[in-house]
Amino acid sequence: MSNAATIKLVGVEKAFGNQRVLRGIHLTIPAGKLTTIIGPSGEGKSVLLKHMIGLLQPDRGEVWVDEVNIAGLKSRDLNEVRKKFAMLFQGAALFDSLTVFDNVAFPLREKLRLPQPEVAKRVDEKLEQVGLAGMGHKYPAELSGGMKKRAGLARALVMEPEIILFDEPTTGLDPLLAKTIHDLIVTMHRKFGFTAVMVSHEIPGVFAISDWIAMLKEGKIAAMAPSGEFQRIQDPAIREFISVGGPALGQPALPGSG
Amino acid sequence: MVTAGVARIGATTLFLLGEMGRMLIFLLSSFAWLFRPPFRPWQFLKQLHFIGFKSTFVVVLTAAFTGMVLGLQGYYTLRKYGSEAALGAAVALSIIRELGPVLASLMVTARAGSAMTAEIGIMRITEQIDAMDTMAVNPLQYLIAPKLVAGLIGVPLLVAIFDVIGVYGGYLVGVDLLGVSAGSYWSSVESAVEWQDVYGGILKSISFGLIVSWVCCYKGYHTGMSAEGLGKATTEAVVMSSVLILVWDYFLTSVLL
Repeated sequence: MSNAATIKLVGVEKAFGNQRVLRGIHLTIPAGKLTTIIGPSGEGKSVLLKHMIGLLQPDRGEVWVDEVNIAGLKSRDLNEVRKKFAMLFQGAALFDSLTVFDNVAFPLREKLRLPQPEVAKRVDEKLEQVGLAGMGHKYPAELSGGMKKRAGLARALVMEPEIILFDEPTTGLDPLLAKTIHDLIVTMHRKFGFTAVMVSHEIPGVFAISDWIAMLKEGKIAAMAPSGEFQRIQDPAIREFISVGGPALGQPALPGSG
Repeated sequence: MVTAGVARIGATTLFLLGEMGRMLIFLLSSFAWLFRPPFRPWQFLKQLHFIGFKSTFVVVLTAAFTGMVLGLQGYYTLRKYGSEAALGAAVALSIIRELGPVLASLMVTARAGSAMTAEIGIMRITEQIDAMDTMAVNPLQYLIAPKLVAGLIGVPLLVAIFDVIGVYGGYLVGVDLLGVSAGSYWSSVESAVEWQDVYGGILKSISFGLIVSWVCCYKGYHTGMSAEGLGKATTEAVVMSSVLILVWDYFLTSVLL
């Protein structure tokens, strides 16, 4: 946990054309913790996540990664900051033309320029940790949705980053598989102690695995609290949202919510 | 109504100017990344294999039939003036100066250019390019720059092959089928074709190679985020590359002549 980094967003605003997506985000992601951002679809959760790694630049505001404000940073300097990061995309974003092994090996070869025996050792180790031992020779098109996510996770973990961003890691998976991916994320998080930021719709599943929960609503952070406290928030809009997926721990569902 | 019309023209002009600026920045940034380590010769060779070697068959086929039809047309036209002996010169000059660079580049656009746009576009839509960015690997350096250089080198090589096959195609029809003497065919080629013609053809093919890879990479990189958007980007890439090749050919020819 000693090498985990902090992310801090200050007054971040972003619009696409006339559509204002982020309207002044103030958010601090605690180092070494797993923070999940929840919120209705189309609220800009993935947009928020992409600001944290500089894939999108804010119209206004600051994005701090440790001591560096990455808003408006030149691409070469941004690349330096990005070395702290890894990201698991919604569709895993594996390179179609490469095998699973080469996908996981990609950052080791391209950034660290490690010798082949070392690459093979680290890739095999990560594939085994995510349950894909012996699958390295397959191409992404030959994998199921769950296996793609596991391969994406292996690629994210292989550089041993300080921060990992998870963009809806369980979307499109059945509940059992979603739980398996969640368990895998928690296991890896505990083992390596990185700062984790996850965007998810898996309510109430995320309450059990997250240290902190933040809710994005109408372009702002409506609430942020440790997972246990978040489930006790009495704000009607938040209660309505978190009750839809099933009763939160220790709380009755809203009357009429089913 | 007049105001609306002027506003529309103004908006279109601004959009086109903006697009041209973005394309130029895309090209210059990609070339700038080319000279920064790490260097990836394997990526370049892979692209050269795809753009160059894999286009050889279609280029050879096009060249053979272009040369043959030129031999046929040229023979019957020249015969009216009793100048069949000049067939070699007519075929060789047409191919080396114009048809070789233009047709080979158009074939590369159709075969490799459209595939480049589709490949890069799919990588954009499925967030593979974003993934590359998050791993601190610059996509312009890793993905685009090798394709630009492969286009610059691959197309002139293909044009050279086109020229040779095309001249032999004319020989096959003119000499073997229509009875022009082999000696007069080759001697007219030798006396008519000058180094300047070959040099001009190579210069054209280098610039056409750049146009194809530049336009096709740009369109793929900035594709719309849907299947429809990707289809539109691919069509635009092929049409724009082809038109630019023809327009640029005219300007370059007027300078070279």
